[in-house]
Amino acid sequence: MLTISNLQASIGEKEILKGINLEVKAGEVHAIMGPNGSGKSTLASVLAGRETYEVTGGSVLFDGKDLLELAPEERAAEGIFLAFQYPVEIPGVSTTNFLRTALNEIRKYRGEEALDAVQFLKLMKEKMKLVNIDQSLLSRSLNEGFSGGEKKRNEVFQMAMLEPKLAILDETDSGLDIDALRIVAEGVNKLRSPERSTIVVTHYQRLLDYIVPDYVHVLYKGRIVKSGPKELALELEEKGYDWIKAEAEYQQ
Amino acid sequence: MTPNSQSYSRTSPLKDQLLAAFQVTEERINGESKSPVHQVRRAALQQFDKLGFPTIKHEEWKYANVKNLIQEAFELETPSPLSADDLHTLEIPNLSGNILYFVNGRYKPEMSTIVSPAAEVQILSFAEALKSQPETINNYFAQQADYQDNAFTALNTAFAHDGVFIRVPDGKVVEQPIIIRYINDAREKKVAAQPRNLIIVGRNANVKIAESYRSLGEMTAFTNVVTEISLARDANVEHYKVQNDTDAAYHIGTTQVRQADNSHFYSATVTLNGGFVRNNLNIVLDGEYCEAYMYGLYIPNGRQFVDNHTLVDHAKPNSYSSELYKGILEEKSTGVFNGKIFVRQDAQKTNAYQSCKNVVLSPEATMNTKPQLEIFADDVKCSHGTTTGMLDEEALFYMRSRGIPRTEAQALLMYAFAQDVLTQIKIEPIREYLSAVVAQKLAM
Repeated sequence: MLTISNLQASIGEKEILKGINLEVKAGEVHAIMGPNGSGKSTLASVLAGRETYEVTGGSVLFDGKDLLELAPEERAAEGIFLAFQYPVEIPGVSTTNFLRTALNEIRKYRGEEALDAVQFLKLMKEKMKLVNIDQSLLSRSLNEGFSGGEKKRNEVFQMAMLEPKLAILDETDSGLDIDALRIVAEGVNKLRSPERSTIVVTHYQRLLDYIVPDYVHVLYKGRIVKSGPKELALELEEKGYDWIKAEAEYQQ
Repeated sequence: MTPNSQSYSRTSPLKDQLLAAFQVTEERINGESKSPVHQVRRAALQQFDKLGFPTIKHEEWKYANVKNLIQEAFELETPSPLSADDLHTLEIPNLSGNILYFVNGRYKPEMSTIVSPAAEVQILSFAEALKSQPETINNYFAQQADYQDNAFTALNTAFAHDGVFIRVPDGKVVEQPIIIRYINDAREKKVAAQPRNLIIVGRNANVKIAESYRSLGEMTAFTNVVTEISLARDANVEHYKVQNDTDAAYHIGTTQVRQADNSHFYSATVTLNGGFVRNNLNIVLDGEYCEAYMYGLYIPNGRQFVDNHTLVDHAKPNSYSSELYKGILEEKSTGVFNGKIFVRQDAQKTNAYQSCKNVVLSPEATMNTKPQLEIFADDVKCSHGTTTGMLDEEALFYMRSRGIPRTEAQALLMYAFAQDVLTQIKIEPIREYLSAVVAQKLAM
């Protein structure tokens, strides 16, 4: 589904991703871990098309298409979803109105008919139940004055509505207490399917207690320096990142 | 602040033409020329003659350059061949209530509809009111709108012949809104219109009024309007000003409001389009426990120029004023916001708030803001804030990452930004009309 080859990206003069290789197949959950400043969020942003980063080399294929050629909205329509670390407040636009616009733009891109108000509401009711979110939250301006937990839950709700092929969760656990974390993780798990892949970007292992990955990759200084099964996350939790850093420095 | 010799342009073709036109009018209104109203007109003309038009050296006209306007000459009585079909294209959908039409500055009774009973409200043209109730006119006309320092107000006062006269008796609630539509037809010839409106609202009376400006055609359409509004104790007035003019239009207007004790004045000024727009909104809170709300929205594009000057004069204690102006500036447009709050020494316990927020969408657009607080009382709460920024790129990326293309995302964000002001408009068909035009203009 997703093939990242030797991906390099920088911001201004600063090179952040220095050659990432990663293969994600349909239905798989990959965790990207690593110390602060290793490039985890950059990778998530570059995949979603954030224009502050310049891709300087390598390629990303998504279902056979050159992802790097597409605008962020085209990537979304192709099935990429980024759950933001810091969801943006959009005053004056309700979640409902926002999602209806988004969903119908995506359908237009795919050559499908727009959903009318009734169909949209029906879909929304269904997904609200799935991720356990309240109507009152959805009528309010998107993310405006939401608590950290409400923002993250709203991200998962958006994901449920847009049904992406590849969901990228960027530090979804940051700023959440354990209850909020569990609720968010539950939502993500309900959306798991053999067709849907997930990349979980996180600094801590605790989210992976709830969203159990198939593979764990450790990013350090812009490269994936170690990959392994889910147990690798536990090892990182126990031993920290120092041994990885030492190993990586030694290899260089 | 004192006007110096460079603040006014002493001579110009437009000034010469207007001075000559005044003589002609004076001869025509022979019988009326001794009337008190005409004495005021004459005094105002003399003041205009003394002042001339302001230049950009004048502090209050620093950005509003009228040098091209004053080179022009206009026919002061331009008949319009405006047909029913033409009118149909200018319609505001679902509008109901009292609807008054003015074409090229003249009242068109045959096009207008007055539905409110006379016991509830008197709605007349200014020209009719001059004849039928000269006493009232004498008592209120030019009592508030100062023509000593404002050349355009002086000019309007000198040429005050037509416009709207509204009087709401004590205790009356005017159920139906009053919508005044000023249409300048500049398809064939240049037009100059100088409407003069007088609105007198009695004790505990209640009325909603909208002034809507529209121009047609490629030629210059020049509006110089003055509206005086007087609120007695406990009166409640909603006043909306809606502008949708052509790029060849000039609009210079002053709304002058005086509020007595415990009255509420609620206003919104929405500029959709217009080549050159200058709105003065001056409110004197001449009573205790008054409330004044001022909202504004302007969305210029092309080379449009929109200048809003507001002045709130807290003359008595315990009153409240609140102001929110918002602007979206595209292409090579220019915006000005100048908000003055004056708290006099006696006006203790004043609460005055002012905010002006702008989004500049193009590197070639400019926004100039200037809040001015002059506070002479010591126990007051005043705040002001202005922000001028670019579009929020992070918000745009967020929306795009959900599949909404950039142009749609931008339009959605800007529409939401504008809604803060549009939702304040309580005459529903007007609000819907504005929302539709705003959405259309932002979608470009």
